[in-house]
Amino acid sequence: MKIEIKGICHNFGGQQVLRNIDYTDEFNSLAVIGPSGAGKSTLLRIIGGLLIPSTGELILDNKKISFSEKALWEYRRNISFVFQSHGLFEHMTACENITLPLIHTFGYNKTDALQSAVKLLSRFGLFEEKNKYPSQLSGGQQQRIAIARAVAASPNLMLLDEPTSALDPELTSEVLDMLGELQNEGLKTIIVTHEMGFALKACEKAIFICDNTIVESGDSAEIFTNPRSEQLKAFLDKVLEWSI
Amino acid sequence: MKRFRNPTLINKILSALAVAVIFAALVWISMKRIGLNLDFSTLFEYKKRLFDGFKMTIIISFASLIFSMVLGMLIAMGQRSRILVICYACRAYIQIIRGTPLLVQIYFFFYIVGTAWGIDNRYIAGVIILSIFEGAYISEIIRGGIESIDKQEYEIARSIGLTDIQTFRLVTFPILMARILPALAGQLASIIKDSSLLSVIAVIELTQTTQEISAANFQMFENYIFLGLLYFILTFAVSMLTKWLEGRYKHENRD
Repeated sequence: MKIEIKGICHNFGGQQVLRNIDYTDEFNSLAVIGPSGAGKSTLLRIIGGLLIPSTGELILDNKKISFSEKALWEYRRNISFVFQSHGLFEHMTACENITLPLIHTFGYNKTDALQSAVKLLSRFGLFEEKNKYPSQLSGGQQQRIAIARAVAASPNLMLLDEPTSALDPELTSEVLDMLGELQNEGLKTIIVTHEMGFALKACEKAIFICDNTIVESGDSAEIFTNPRSEQLKAFLDKVLEWSI
Repeated sequence: MKRFRNPTLINKILSALAVAVIFAALVWISMKRIGLNLDFSTLFEYKKRLFDGFKMTIIISFASLIFSMVLGMLIAMGQRSRILVICYACRAYIQIIRGTPLLVQIYFFFYIVGTAWGIDNRYIAGVIILSIFEGAYISEIIRGGIESIDKQEYEIARSIGLTDIQTFRLVTFPILMARILPALAGQLASIIKDSSLLSVIAVIELTQTTQEISAANFQMFENYIFLGLLYFILTFAVSMLTKWLEGRYKHENRD
């Protein structure tokens, strides 16, 4: 997938959250890393069509994205989004959470939607959980169901906003395993993450965002082993300080 | 404290009995001290009128509940309006209604506003006045419910491509209902009790009926104790309903 971001800036409440984001690359899986508050999630939400940037252009596979509510609604149908936490509707069971977009956004009939949902849940070992409400599920199960919902309608691109940062390490690997499996099957992903191991091993490309702009980008192997900027060096030193 | 969490059935029954005995004893001792002997038998001859009054109270309460819910919903939405005039009007309405006694509102709306606009039917006027009063409270219940919904629920709805109408129908409304139903049922109990004040404009509901009976048989104590009992039967039923609703929606509401 080819992504072109041209001069995207975003202000929020008089504060600049993103400034002059320029980035062009082809990727299958892209990791967005950087310190907290750098603007990673904001950029992801702009790419996901959930937020309209103050200025700038976004071009995906040579198609310019029009930032009008109506066009974005159409655009969002082909992109799926996984949130940091609480990404499921609290009043619906795991199964209903997956069938809801299939029925109401993609026009499946109930039987087909249910069939797809059950197939996905079984595949990821969540069949037993199908009639549970989010409050009855572990954080890892919730995220896996959110991911299952996100892939149910075969999106062109899946965006994940720190999908594991609210989880403990065991649950984190359960979610990342699932994600790695989907990436291997050819699902295009952009993930904002603090899991450096995942960014390095499972993502082909990486972007480092610091101080509200892209400081470094390229192949993730290159970024992690041979950081050029002082900011990235300092960031990697800090996050890898306690890794084994 | 743990052993109190799951009391045995015997414990429950004995405790309930003990409470009933204590309350009954208190009432009985009070009556003995002033030498009061109650005789409820005279009420029997008014049973048809009492039953009609009882029915009227239920009818007025339910009609008011429905109208006040519609009004409450409109006001709750109006308060969130971007048009300032609407927003201020809704806020002023809530402040004024919640800040004045129902009795004053009944007199004001019936004798001044009602007369000016030609609403002579006391029953219709009663339902309108009660709806206006309860609507202010219900709109606050609804507003609280709407504000308690996590903003992320809307973001999820947007991300999976729901339209605004679908979001309301599939997300906002069911979550809102689950959260406010118990409070709404509680409000119904208030409406039932508040409807007694409509007796001041001679709406022949339960309280007015009792007042009329009192004027004939002069047995004030019996009449009003019985009146209290009838209201309690109604509100107790509503409170059981509330409990049932709370249980029903609990699993969806746990955080």
